[in-house]
Formats: sequence, structure tokens, C-alpha cells
Amino acid sequence: MRIFSEKRPDLPIVDHIKADGTLWTLKEKLWLGLSRPDYFKQFIRNPVNWLMIGILAVGLPLLLQRYIFGLSAVTHASNDYPWGLFLGFGLFGMVPLSASGFMLGTSVELFGRKDLHPIERLALLNGLLGYFFAVVYLEIDLGMPWRLPYPMFVSLGPAAVLFLVAWHVATYLSVQIAEVLPAYFEWIGWLKGKRVIRRMVLGLTIAGIILSTLHQGALGALFAYAPAKIHPLWISVNFQWIHFFCSSIFAGLSMVIVSSTLIRNFAGWRCDETFKKSLDDITLKLGKGCSLAMITYLVIKLVAVAHDQEWEYLLTGWGAYFMLELAVGVVLPMFMFAAAIRNNAPALARAAAFISVVGIIWNRLNTSMIAFNWQLYQEIPHWKEVWITLTLYALYFITYRFIVYRLPIVYEWKGEK
Amino acid sequence: MKSPLSRRNFIKGGLAGTVAATLLKEKKSQAADFEGYPQGMGVLVDLTRCVGCRSCEAACNQEQKLPPPEKPFNDFSVFDEIEHGQKRRTDETRYTVVNRYDIPGQDHPLFRKIQCNHCQEPACLTSCFVNAYTKTPEGAVIYNAKVCVGCRTCMIACPFYIPTFKYSSAFNPRIMKCVFCYDTRLKDGKPPACVEACPQEALTFGRRSELIKIGQQRIRETPGKYEEHIYGEHEVGGTAWMYLSSVPFDKVGFDTHVPKEPILNLVKDFLGIVPMVLTIWPALFAGFHLLATRKDWLKGKTEDEHEEE
Repeated sequence: MRIFSEKRPDLPIVDHIKADGTLWTLKEKLWLGLSRPDYFKQFIRNPVNWLMIGILAVGLPLLLQRYIFGLSAVTHASNDYPWGLFLGFGLFGMVPLSASGFMLGTSVELFGRKDLHPIERLALLNGLLGYFFAVVYLEIDLGMPWRLPYPMFVSLGPAAVLFLVAWHVATYLSVQIAEVLPAYFEWIGWLKGKRVIRRMVLGLTIAGIILSTLHQGALGALFAYAPAKIHPLWISVNFQWIHFFCSSIFAGLSMVIVSSTLIRNFAGWRCDETFKKSLDDITLKLGKGCSLAMITYLVIKLVAVAHDQEWEYLLTGWGAYFMLELAVGVVLPMFMFAAAIRNNAPALARAAAFISVVGIIWNRLNTSMIAFNWQLYQEIPHWKEVWITLTLYALYFITYRFIVYRLPIVYEWKGEK
Repeated sequence: MKSPLSRRNFIKGGLAGTVAATLLKEKKSQAADFEGYPQGMGVLVDLTRCVGCRSCEAACNQEQKLPPPEKPFNDFSVFDEIEHGQKRRTDETRYTVVNRYDIPGQDHPLFRKIQCNHCQEPACLTSCFVNAYTKTPEGAVIYNAKVCVGCRTCMIACPFYIPTFKYSSAFNPRIMKCVFCYDTRLKDGKPPACVEACPQEALTFGRRSELIKIGQQRIRETPGKYEEHIYGEHEVGGTAWMYLSSVPFDKVGFDTHVPKEPILNLVKDFLGIVPMVLTIWPALFAGFHLLATRKDWLKGKTEDEHEEE
């Protein structure tokens, strides 16, 4: 977005008041203060937008196909693999990556870590959007998506693990909306709303921890329903919920490092000086948190193998794959984080964060699809299923970028607040 | 001194809460004492008697008004069908299938019928978050399509791969599975269609508790004929459909690694921590907050005092 710095010193918008003293209208704020021709000029100049258009051009018709002709039109409609990529990636992958909201909320608001404040809003937004799109993925996968509120209001099955997931994700989504609202209120200039939320922030944050602990764990506990179907190394009935919860800690922190890196590099115009200056330091601090969570995770992974007496499995092909997952997805980034902290090298921490994000998605896919039905056969998703998954991810990216470009997420609002 | 929450009211409320909690607990203990329906029916399948005629498949198809099959029911080439390296399984067009197993060293094959086993504590039922499944006193596990959301957790949870999903429908999908002919037969005390159709008496319909005795009797009276195990007596907490076999069960397609306790028990560990997290976390983290911000608070306090001076 070079268009800003060259000709328009009043942009990007950081205040209600324009250079000439009048107020920005909401519409102008939405167009980033640019005239329509200027906006489109920067839009078509960006190759990422063309990539998005390409993905959506194929993906949106596929989505339509899914809703008109049913799931069997876009997936393999497998009765052996009831859950495919939509849940394996969209729900089980997106939710741990969204743990950033409660992690940073807790650190800043509860533990008083003011040094992490510049990234708090990004972490909250990352959490909110991750959860929101996990629900969107779910709405693609559910047989009757129009019955989403049934477990809440129509027919209740409170003894089921999924019941907990449904309630907690729904409540937590509302909590996260409330946590991100202050940024929106500043942007539209409705300060009363912000003050109301401010008073609730401690309650919201604690609610966030409770709900996160429970449903991150619950996603793991869901797999305890299928102890005979998943390879023993990926399922530990007693420890599954702890594995999922603990790995969500470094997943969320890593995701916020990845996201902030992308924003700093590709949307630097939007960041303010505080954000840019503190980012290296914050990255290392988050990396430290990651490496601590990772060593904890490794230990309880090992404890689970010992507890379930699965050592002999480690010598099989599955065991090699299991150790590869841990080595690449956890041990490698853990040492990279440690080296980054010791040598004060934020770039290394960023690379580590990227690997650990991929590693956590890999782990969730392994649990939900690859090690699932390990004694039967391997399901390889239909290309349309892959493309729809990609399409939703593109929509997630577009929404994410749309908000970061506008609301005071990585910059501080200069006007009244 | 009339505060909105007086000490007296607080104690009253606390007492009421305790009473409510005990009452709720009492209700729960009823569930804990529940030993299963004594009149629950079941079927004992004797693999040594089955000749693979597929009459049960045909009867089921007719009784449940399922679509006509690709190959007629007297076509036995279906036994050679292999998909993804697996023998035939239930799907949205068939609630039961019979598969052939060639046993090395034996001159004749064995046939095994698959359908819902109607567990005593069904995993589909306990994993369903909208209560779409019911275990009836007659022993059937039935399904209510009106509340089903289509999340397919029951298919994940079922250790026998029984529930299937009508993926082909966008507007009216549902779970398709054997319901023990509950609506049309079992409710009136009649055996399911497949049992009635069996010409070999391979399927014995009766009270589950009786069937276990019959099974034990057959094992006892013909030494060496049967494996000394009734599959389904203890598997996943017991099933209404049980099996006798002359060869080890894993040789005829049974999963012998399923837990010997209800699937529900495996998630109880997690369900147990829920109340703990709900009650302890708020106090714990509010405490952390107070500790972590104590310095700031003290600092603020001394500054205030200075200002007052």
C-alpha cells in the first residue's frame, strides 16, 4: 500500500478528524480514506488479491454445490471417516491456533504483563476470528447446518462431550466479541460502549480461561470416544484432554507470532511505532512461553506413552511417524525458540513459530484422519473438499486483513478513547 | 445497616443451595443404581449355523422400505466385493450385510451378519449432544431424525462402524441404521424381520439374559465346537446382539480390541474435571490477579496518601 506514504500524509486513518479539521465519515473509514479509483488501484496491484480471487472463483461454486446437492457431491461421503478436512483442519486445527486470545488476555489483564499490551488486541482478534471460522467450517460439515442451535435450545444431551464444546465455543465466542469490541467502539467513536466493556474485562478474561481450558480439552476428549479406532500412540484416554489443552498454549502463541510477523512485513503502514518497536521483544517473550509449554507437552506425551505401555509401538512404522511428528513439530521449534531467546534473534523465533503452527495442524490431522482407522485404510480427501477448505481459509484471511487494515488493532487510536 | 445481601440472606441462600445440591445428587444416584432393562431383548447369532443365504438382508430391505439393491439378494458374488480393502459394510441403503470369511485349514467358509448390536450403554447415545438416540426397555437403540444435527459423532463413537449417514441428501439428511425393527415389530413383542426370515435358525431371538444362558449351554454341551466366548456379553459393556463362533473372533472380522466397558467410561475422566475447573478457576485466577497487581495497587495507595498530605 505504497499509495499512502507518497501523496497522502494524512493517511492511514488514526483519528476521527481529517487534516482539514472535519470528521471522517464511516464510509470514508471503510474505504481507508481513499477515493474509489485509488482504492481499486491498490487492490489490483496486490498479487495476493488475485490469488484470493482465483481461489474463490472455484471455491464459491463448490460451496453452492455442497448446499444444493449434499455433502456427497463434494466429499467422498465416507461412513468409515465421518469427519474429514472440514473438521480435521477447520475445527480441530483452527481452535488451538486461536488460544492466543485467552493466553494474552490472561497475561495482560490478569497477570499485569503490561509489556505485552501492544500485541494483546491482535491476539484477541486472532482468537475471535479463529473461533468464528471454526464455526463456519462446522456449518459446512454439519448435515443440517440450520439446526446449529438445537443442542442449546431444542434437544439437550448434557452428558456428551460435544455438548460442552458447543456451549463453550458459543459462550466463548460471545466473550471474545466483547473483548474485541473496544477497538470497534474507538473506531466508530462510541466511547460509552467501551467504558461498559472495560468494567467487565476482568470477568470476561476469567470466563475466557475457564471456557478455553474446558473446550480445548473437550476437543481432545472427543477422541476418547473412539479408543479402538485411533492408533494407540495418538490416543491416550486419560491424557488426551491435557495433550490438547497444553498444545493449544504454544499453538496460540505461535499463531500470534506468525500473524504479527505477516502484518509487520506486509502491512507495515498500518502498524504504529510502539507496535513495530516492541514487536521483537514481544516475539521473544512469547517464544519463551512457547518453549516452556512445549517442554511440558513433550513430558506429558511421554508420560502418556509410558502410562499406556506403548513403548513397543515406537519401534513400528507408525512409531517412526509419531516420533517424526514430535521431532519436527515440537522438538525442533522448541530448540529454535530456546536458541532465539539465548541469542536475542527474533527472526529465528519467527521461523520456529511458523514450524510449530504447521506442527500443531499436522498433529490434529494425524489424530482425526491419519491415525484414525489405522487398521482399515487411509482416506484421501476429495479435491473439492480440499478446495472448499482452502476457500474458507481464504475468506478467513480476507476478513482478518479487512479488520486489521481498519480497526485499531496494531496501532493506537489517536482520537478520543 | 440494610445491605442488599445481608448475612442472614447469604446463609439462607447458601442453605437453599446445599439442599438443592443434595436433591440433585439423589436424582443422580438413581442413574447410578440402574442395571439396565431386565426385559431387554436380544439376538444370539450362531456363526456355525449361517449358510450365507442373505435372506436376512432381503427381509430387512423389505421391512425397512430401503431402496432396491444393485445386485439381487440371491447373487452371491457380493461376497467377493472388496472396497478399500474391506468387505461390505452397512450404508444408507442397507442396515445389515452378511460377509463370507474363508478360514485357512477349514473346508467350508463362515458367514457373519453385521447390523447394529444394540449396546446396553450405546456409544452413539452417550456421545450425542442432542439426545437423538434412545435405548428402549425392549432393548432397541432407536434414532430420532427430527432433532439430529448431522454432526456424525455417533459414527465416530460407534465401535462397530454401524451408523451411516445419508450424505446424498442436502435438505433431508439423516443417520441410517438398524433399529431392531422397533416401530413395526419389537414394540409388539415380535422378533425383527431378519430373525424371522432366517431358514437356518442361526439367529435366536429372546431375552438377553436368557440368550447368555443358551450361549453358555451350547458351548458346554458341544465341547470343542465353539470358542469359549460369547462376543457381546461384555464387549463395550454388553450388547443385545451376541455371537457364537467356531473360530477365534478376529478371524471372522470382529474387533477383539474394543474395550470391555461402556465407551462412556472413557470420557468420564474428562467430564469429571468440568465441575472442578468451573468452581476453582475463577477463585484461582482472581487470586493470581490480585497477587500480580499487588505492587501497582500498593504504589497507587501510597501515592494517594502523599496527595492527601
